[in-house]
Amino acid sequence: MRSLAGRLADSLHRATSQARELAAVAGTMWRRSIQVRVVASTVALSSTVVLVLGMVLQTQIAQRLIDNKTQAALLQAENSRVLVESELGAVDPSSASLAGRLTTAVDRLTNPDPTGEGLAAANAGAYEPVLVNGGYSAGAAGGGQKVGPLDDVPAVLRAAVERGALAHKITTVQRGSASVTMLAVGMPVDSAGRSMQLYLLFPLTADQRTLLLVQSTLVAGGLVLLVLVAGIASLVTRQVVVPVRQAAEIAERFAGGHLEERIAVVGEDEMARLGTSFNEMAASIQRQIRRLEEFGELQRGFTSDVSHELRTPLTTVRMAADLLYDSRDNLHPTLHRSAELLVNELDRFEALLADLLEISRLDAGVADLHSETVDVCSTVTHAVSAVRAVADRAGTPLELDLPAEEVFAEIDPRRVERIVRNLLTNALDHGEGRPVEVTVAADSGAIAVLVRDHGIGLKPGDQDLVFTRFWRGDPSRDRRTGGTGLGLSISLEDARLHGGWLQACGTPGEGSAFRLTLPRRQGTPLTSSPLPLDGQDATSPTPPVPAGPGGQ
Amino acid sequence: MLVVDDDPALAEMLTIVLRSEGFDTAVVSEGTKAMPAVRELKPDVVLLDLMLPGMNGIDVCKAIRAEFGVPIVMLTAKSDTVDVVLGLESGADDYVVKPFKPKELVARLRTRLRRTDADPDEHLTLGDLTIDVPGHLVSRGGRPILLTPLEFDLLLALVRKPRQVFTREVLLEQVWGYRHAADTRLVNVHVQRLRSKVERDPEHPEVVLTVRGVGYKAGAP
Repeated sequence: MRSLAGRLADSLHRATSQARELAAVAGTMWRRSIQVRVVASTVALSSTVVLVLGMVLQTQIAQRLIDNKTQAALLQAENSRVLVESELGAVDPSSASLAGRLTTAVDRLTNPDPTGEGLAAANAGAYEPVLVNGGYSAGAAGGGQKVGPLDDVPAVLRAAVERGALAHKITTVQRGSASVTMLAVGMPVDSAGRSMQLYLLFPLTADQRTLLLVQSTLVAGGLVLLVLVAGIASLVTRQVVVPVRQAAEIAERFAGGHLEERIAVVGEDEMARLGTSFNEMAASIQRQIRRLEEFGELQRGFTSDVSHELRTPLTTVRMAADLLYDSRDNLHPTLHRSAELLVNELDRFEALLADLLEISRLDAGVADLHSETVDVCSTVTHAVSAVRAVADRAGTPLELDLPAEEVFAEIDPRRVERIVRNLLTNALDHGEGRPVEVTVAADSGAIAVLVRDHGIGLKPGDQDLVFTRFWRGDPSRDRRTGGTGLGLSISLEDARLHGGWLQACGTPGEGSAFRLTLPRRQGTPLTSSPLPLDGQDATSPTPPVPAGPGGQ
Repeated sequence: MLVVDDDPALAEMLTIVLRSEGFDTAVVSEGTKAMPAVRELKPDVVLLDLMLPGMNGIDVCKAIRAEFGVPIVMLTAKSDTVDVVLGLESGADDYVVKPFKPKELVARLRTRLRRTDADPDEHLTLGDLTIDVPGHLVSRGGRPILLTPLEFDLLLALVRKPRQVFTREVLLEQVWGYRHAADTRLVNVHVQRLRSKVERDPEHPEVVLTVRGVGYKAGAP
């Protein structure tokens, strides 16, 4: 029993899941296709109309059939009454032969005289006559004599006829095993002062058959009509949907970068108008993109020109300044100091120019990543040794924490070295002479370099601002290493070029930390960093990528 | 020493600095005039600006290299990779990026003018190659192979220590005189140029071998 119940539950479950799947598929089709929607709603609406129309028609036809039958039946009844009255007119009411006469009269009714034209004219079809002597309810002596199936006559009709009225009623009677619907017509027959009633029972079998035929014709017609309507709706919708689908495909290809794609315009209808406007839009977009490309091209050329045009006079100035500087001991003390300032500021100017050119190249998107598989530790070590002299001068200890083994990654070593150098310069600038720690770590997907200082730190909200160009945390502070104010912005762009992250965090008075995270292989997206940044989970699935201005 | 530069101020400044360093300096301001000047003056080193009116610096470089082995140092305002590599491939020995410090330039030029000191009769062989060190001659089976001084220095550095593998950084220091890490593309480009001259099949080098991940070394003697 239990297994049966289980199997039942199983199959029920399967059925419901199948139904759900089916519903899902239907829902998808409903959502995806205008054609399906239009056809479905057309069919739904048409079926309602066809149903209502069919019902009305059927009711009308049935009513008409009954009316005709009733009229013919009444005519027939009138004729029959005349016949029966003439037949029974001479009979003695008390005669014992009454029963026999009644039978004879009924026989005359069922087998009419071939020449009796009145009967034939009625055309109400076959019928069963019933002749009753006396009231059914009276129960008088000599009453109750009857010929024919009186039981089939409904009591309501008999009551009405006994009151002397001509009446008719539809009734269902049992004939053998089948039930037959009949129209019963009753009237009083006046013969020799005796009250008699004549009932005629007309079977409605033929009319029912006619009605059934009409019904089935209506149903079949309705179904054919619905199928045709569905087909027509489908065809008509197709005419609209097919060009729309083509337009959608072309729009998709256009969006995918095939800017040459255009819709073929045929005729002057709405689809043609859509096509024309789409093509105009596409042409305009293509123009805009071309203009942007030309602008980028221009920018690239401009960068290169500025590079050459500024650098050549700068070289001359540089050489002249260096000559002056070399012979500064022969100069007047004022000039001596001037020469020093000149050379120092030229250094800054050169650094600024180099950074500006680099960032404009990054902005123009012409910077290329020359990635190769190298040991990240050696790159970081290079960067550290490059700033070692500055650190020693500032009296800042540099602590380097490298993993025991070499860490190979696909990076552009020059850019990564520059990033680390910029981070270190920044840390030295703001480290207040306290130790600066550099940590390198790696996992299977990424490498991370963390540069931490214990200096002035960052105010809340500054961790994104530090990457803004020329941003200064505290404008009153001087710059020890004379940074250009672009170092961190360039570093951020360099990290992005690698598909990596550069993030900052810090606490005022306690120092700040900058974490560079790069994928070990170019093109693989980062999900987590091997090193934690303060106050942030290293495996956080969506670490905030700081948004510097000018970023993509 | 010949300076080829179109900027009069820079050319004059270069002349002042180089003369003060003891170089005998001549200046031409157009690329087209560079070749006749080289033929006439036979300079020990050419300082060539990459962007010149008349004739592109790279074309000038190729033209000079086609006829002379004179050391060429490029002046470039573009540190972009393509330009530098293009310059080196067209025959320049070294390059200096503007703006540069005078000392830096002078150091580069002096390295190019430096003569390798050698025993009067030091002769080296490598396979069928014969190297006459004092004569600066390399020949294969009696036929001389024309190498530029830089290519000769590069070959000599490798051949003098046959079993040693040289990293690019070490070669930069020994041959180019760079004391800090510099552009290793210099080494790559010049090894290619050297191979194209001394190897029988540059695709399968026998003289200058690549040691993957480390650097280069000389082939079996």
